[in-house]
Amino acid sequence: MRFSFSLLLFVMAGLVVAFAPLPVQSIAPRERIFRIDARQYAYSPSEIHVNAGDTVTFELVSTDVVHGLYIDGYDVSVEADPGQTATLTFTTNKPGSFRFRCNVTCGAMHPFMIGKLTVGTNLWLYRAFGLAGLAVIGVLMWPGPKA
Amino acid sequence: MAKIELTRNRFIKNLLMNRYPQLAVFFVMLVGYIFAIHAGLIGTPVGSHNFSIVFVWIAWWAILILIAVPFFGRGWCAVCPIPLPAEWLQRGAVLAPPEKKPRWLNLRWPKALRNIWLQNISFLLLALFSSVLLTTPNITGIALAVMLFGAIGLSTIFERRAFCRYLCPVGGFIGIYAQTAPIELRIKDKQVCASCVGKPCYNGSAAGYGCPWDVFPGGLTKNTYCGLCMECIRTCPHDNIALNVRPFSADLAKPSARMDESFKAFIMLGSAMIYAGVLLGPWGALKAAAYNVGTSAWFLYAILFLAIIFIIMPALFALCVTRFENLDIFRKRFATLSTALIPLGLMAWVAFSLSFVLTNASYILASLSDPLGLGWNLFGTAQTAWQPMFTSILAPGQTLALVGGLIWSARTGQKAANEANISPVPVIVYCLALTFVMLWLLL
Repeated sequence: MRFSFSLLLFVMAGLVVAFAPLPVQSIAPRERIFRIDARQYAYSPSEIHVNAGDTVTFELVSTDVVHGLYIDGYDVSVEADPGQTATLTFTTNKPGSFRFRCNVTCGAMHPFMIGKLTVGTNLWLYRAFGLAGLAVIGVLMWPGPKA
Repeated sequence: MAKIELTRNRFIKNLLMNRYPQLAVFFVMLVGYIFAIHAGLIGTPVGSHNFSIVFVWIAWWAILILIAVPFFGRGWCAVCPIPLPAEWLQRGAVLAPPEKKPRWLNLRWPKALRNIWLQNISFLLLALFSSVLLTTPNITGIALAVMLFGAIGLSTIFERRAFCRYLCPVGGFIGIYAQTAPIELRIKDKQVCASCVGKPCYNGSAAGYGCPWDVFPGGLTKNTYCGLCMECIRTCPHDNIALNVRPFSADLAKPSARMDESFKAFIMLGSAMIYAGVLLGPWGALKAAAYNVGTSAWFLYAILFLAIIFIIMPALFALCVTRFENLDIFRKRFATLSTALIPLGLMAWVAFSLSFVLTNASYILASLSDPLGLGWNLFGTAQTAWQPMFTSILAPGQTLALVGGLIWSARTGQKAANEANISPVPVIVYCLALTFVMLWLLL
């Protein structure tokens, strides 16, 4: 009975850590422009931080072959020919961390040509850390096997 | 949860006793395998449009790591095509044992090598070249061919499945992770085996072959080295072999004290973390270093890769289990407690593979219609556009896998620490730290 109650308590605590709404620091949206150089098999810059609600423009410049840029979660993309600049504008209405990746086959390591866009705070990462910590506390409180 | 004996079901038992269903699967697998070699060698050099890359490293890998290993343990080994030509050659038969056996050397595998160190090395060899292997069709084709012909060569020198048991780079980690699977092949009654004359399950009989994996089923207590080939079910004259469904990770309650298996756990967990950083991370310099084999950057990458796996991770772990009495006790404790890394390692691979597979799964449809990249459209799906799948559930799925793996490892660590008579807390904290690193790399 006590064990079931503790388990229930930990599951509920886990749900709170995973899904409880957290206060978000309100920052006025603004326009952001990033020039992103694409070459086999990397973007530069490869990590981009913006705030939620920003209007973001990526100017994709390919320096060798044709490259693309697709953003997971936002499902928007752009393609740039060598030496050309292609522009992608979108509003960061989903907070979190998203991979952006090349969507035009550009060579052997094409599937791994990846960058990272963080919108606001990557809350899911901190929630995951919290869940892992909570899980360890739960296991340590769980009665271990007898010697 | 008690065990459920699947072989009590007459349909399942007959299915396993009969050689034809397994042979049918073998044929499909072998045709696919040979086609993958062929596609790798003569198909398009564009990996994402070549059958060998798409079907081996995306489709097969997804099935292996997300389904086969977690739920069926060595289930893949039961249908793997790599040892087939070798075994048929060695046996001189495709089905039941022939009256006259071919005369190969049939040597015993050297005693000093009866462990999984060679499998650890063969996996690391592939791992160090993985950026090229995973993306270059002809390298994948050559690697597949080397394994096929390696197995054939070894079968003419050594008895049984020497390649599978001691060399296969995949078989080593499948064996370690098979301990967590909810399926096992075990004997029903020890006394029956003890009094059995001739031990046909190990030595073979007219009904079937002796264990190809060089395991005496009567002494089987773990899944690690049982290839689920079902040969012993066919040869046992006493109907004393059962295929059971059991609770997950039942074998981990009896931790191994072997250093080769212990280091396999480090190799696998470390490789998952390194791959997550190199292949899925945003750091172009790391990718370039991993891909440009032979350059100074690649040598640096290789040194770092090996240092993380063989020095940094084990050294930190050693600090967690140190209560130094003498070297033998320390080694045993180190190996016993490293069992805790097995569930986390498996789930780290699940989390890594989810990202890789869901992002690239759409290549499967295109490659099915145009497997060699020659402009065919066999099933009308050749023009399927690349589109990542289920990206919205990726982060929760990976978190669930890693936190679940952490809980599983922590519980396993508690049991192993109890066995070694030390506190489990340092090992659990070690697992927590690795989970944090993996979460940071993936999310």
